[in-house]
Amino acid sequence: MAILVVAAHDGKTVRANVANAVAAATQMGSDVHVLVAGSNAGEAAKSAAALQGVAKVLQAEDAAYANWLAEDIAPLVVKLAPNYSHVVMAADSVGKNIAPRVAALLDVAQISEAIQVVSPDTFVRPIYAGNAMATVQSGDKVKVVTIRPTNFKAGAGGGSAAIEQIGGAAASGLSSFVGAELSKSERPELTSAKIVVSGGRGLASGENFKMLETLADKLGAGLGASRAAVDAGYVPNDYQVGQTGKVVAPDLYIAIGISGAIQHLAGMKDSKTIVAINKDEEAPIFQVADYGIVGDLFQIVPELTAAVEKK
Amino acid sequence: MKVLVAVKRVIDYNVKIRVKADNTGVETANVKMSMNPFDEIAVEEALRMKEKGLATEVIAFSAGPAQCQETIRTALAMGADRGILVQTDAELQPLAVAKLLKAVVDKEQPGLVIVGKQAIDDDSNQTGQMLAALLGWSQGTFANKLHVADGSAEVKREVDGGLENIKIKLPAVITTDLRLNEPRYASLPNIMKAKKKPIEVLAPDALSVDVAPRLKTLKVEEPPKRKAGIKVKTVAELVDKLRNEAGVI
Repeated sequence: MAILVVAAHDGKTVRANVANAVAAATQMGSDVHVLVAGSNAGEAAKSAAALQGVAKVLQAEDAAYANWLAEDIAPLVVKLAPNYSHVVMAADSVGKNIAPRVAALLDVAQISEAIQVVSPDTFVRPIYAGNAMATVQSGDKVKVVTIRPTNFKAGAGGGSAAIEQIGGAAASGLSSFVGAELSKSERPELTSAKIVVSGGRGLASGENFKMLETLADKLGAGLGASRAAVDAGYVPNDYQVGQTGKVVAPDLYIAIGISGAIQHLAGMKDSKTIVAINKDEEAPIFQVADYGIVGDLFQIVPELTAAVEKK
Repeated sequence: MKVLVAVKRVIDYNVKIRVKADNTGVETANVKMSMNPFDEIAVEEALRMKEKGLATEVIAFSAGPAQCQETIRTALAMGADRGILVQTDAELQPLAVAKLLKAVVDKEQPGLVIVGKQAIDDDSNQTGQMLAALLGWSQGTFANKLHVADGSAEVKREVDGGLENIKIKLPAVITTDLRLNEPRYASLPNIMKAKKKPIEVLAPDALSVDVAPRLKTLKVEEPPKRKAGIKVKTVAELVDKLRNEAGVI
């Protein structure tokens, strides 16, 4: 049976993590379909059709799908699900919102944040903030799975799957979208950036994050933060890297003034190279860092910014 | 209206967990247990609704072994009015908990259910959404701000790009994110008072819910360890390592 990947998109293209979800889906079976639901989702459907490994794109047009409300998207997925062995979504804020609603309506379990597909019914997923790895097997007829994008390498583009129009359904009327307050940033998106510069409580104020912005811009990096920095109001919530925030795995992660609480490590310890800058040499962040500098970040960061400038 | 909150007993967030030697799970014997931190936020939000006159009664629900009474007691000490425990020693997965919650909702008819967005043990992030699905209710997940008025709720949600505002019809299920509020500590007099508050104990059978796990845990292992690297003395040395050893800049 085929696999259904449910894609989030911005109206023009599907999210980058859809390619990771498709890559995970191809490990569960060979016939991968992608559902692109939306209002004027034609361009997004085309971008899904171009992903490697996609056999078919289902485009569902309805005004009710414009803002990804779970109450409206879930019934559509549930209607399609009997034709599929798996329903797969990326474990981002859209997937986490919708997938459990789909699973409950199908009366099946959901496998959250799979990091490895062992076999079509068996998956590895982190528990306890990544301090243990559970291998779980599902006996349900349809397996609803969210996957952690950083653990599945996206294939190249170049596909040309057929796009099939399918009908939408009327809005549930349960919820409506009012508006969004999205952070505006020219920097690379945190979860797909090759380099991430992250700041913690050690920065001591939101004002001081400007220093990290300068460094991030020099490196072409995304900007992240620890929970402590977000809770203190230094930066918005979408900067948070960790167990309950974003999970990142860049080539280079620079943790600045971050002590390395378990829940932060859960969100970045798969990074290829980790650098820690902290004044406390006992900080747990040094236990996972490839390169550490013990010292005053207010001295080190400007020095580092200057040093990466001159090649 | 009544507000129902769900509270889960989990290993305290400060405890460094240990995987059992036989790889069947995580060691929970003689380990400090506490209320799931996201559920504390759920309790707090419900109490604030009651203090504003938006809720008439706050009911704390838990499911699991007899010791979950302690977790409910914590919610009662914070200010919840009464508790309901579905007592079972069986392994409970999110779908089963959602079904138990639905059965209690059918009985109690709350106008709002508030639960933590995820538990810090299994990190599933499912129960609230599943409950909303089973009830056919709207859902306001990852709530950063909640405003309830006139049969609807405005929910500010924490999403990937920032924040999003939705308006949902009541009754509804809300799941809490970290910034929704800062939970209060229970005062000593309230802890004493909580001892007298009623906790109703039910069996899953009495609610006609099949709680059998749908996922079989084949094994639980330690994650691959990342070995600590080196400390460098100067920024110049760091940049040199990043350029020439790691090749990442």
